[in-house]
Amino acid sequence: MRQLSFLFIGIVFGITMYKSEAASWFRIYEMFQFKSFHMYGIIGSALALGVLMIQLIKRYKIKSAFGEPIEIPDKAKSFYRYAYGGIIFGLGWGLAGACPGPIFTLIGAGFYPILIVLFFAVLGTWVYGLIADKLPH
Amino acid sequence: MEWIYNPWPWYIGGPMIALVLFLLLFFGKSFGMSSNLRTLCTICGAGKTTAFFNFDWKKQQWNLLVSLGAIIGGALATQYMTSDDAVAIHPDTVTKLKEFQIESAGTAYLPTELFSLEALMDPKVILVLAVGGFLVGFGARYAGGCTSGHAISGLSNLQLVSLYAVIGFFIGGLFMNHLLLPYIL
Repeated sequence: MRQLSFLFIGIVFGITMYKSEAASWFRIYEMFQFKSFHMYGIIGSALALGVLMIQLIKRYKIKSAFGEPIEIPDKAKSFYRYAYGGIIFGLGWGLAGACPGPIFTLIGAGFYPILIVLFFAVLGTWVYGLIADKLPH
Repeated sequence: MEWIYNPWPWYIGGPMIALVLFLLLFFGKSFGMSSNLRTLCTICGAGKTTAFFNFDWKKQQWNLLVSLGAIIGGALATQYMTSDDAVAIHPDTVTKLKEFQIESAGTAYLPTELFSLEALMDPKVILVLAVGGFLVGFGARYAGGCTSGHAISGLSNLQLVSLYAVIGFFIGGLFMNHLLLPYIL
């Protein structure tokens, strides 16, 4: 049952990425050209509702489906890893026009060249793991 | 029923993403898609090469199921929920892309010049997809998350470090879009 819930959440996410066009290279290109409100509207409204939701979860100590408290761990404090990693990610996002979520959606939508993007994204992750201790964090 | 075939406006797409965030929190998990790339490395045996990939990937099975769902969702959306997948980008953007020989701008979901099987005959296209993918994977893990993990989950939880990451995403994206892409396309 639990497994099926995650599959279902993924399906909702995949449909959303495709239908909202957040998985479109063109929308990402246009976002960086500041020619449309569309992507800013998607991220902004998701974020506004997300902030509200997490504040409510914390204030009312809302429990998970399994009766456990919902805990959202803080991210490790640092500057360099987020700044450098973020810039590198942004270069790739601007070039391939897809971030990890939409990569999966686009496989399902039948754009098979995206498999090259996925393969090299996995490779990039592996290379990061190999040299992580030599990078400034 | 016409509306179901049309693209979703931002005020449907954004709240649906918030719903996904809520459902994952409600099931005791967090929203972050790039973690799956690390899990895929581990499944491929990367744990033998460095300790970073030495973890019990079965604990991440739920997230792989979310990815599998995202694949199925993409298939359902394109097969049953879309009659015309052309993305109506701004006319200025169409003009600009046509200057770079992206003729499919305004008539397709993804540029056919990059994402069709015929386009793969050009080694330059393969290089673009490979370099783009590599930077996405490397950068996401270096930054500890991607658009879902930082721009949605992290910022929703008011994490200052996620703001650093998201500002980084935009610095990198703008640099690529305005200064590098004109020479690459």
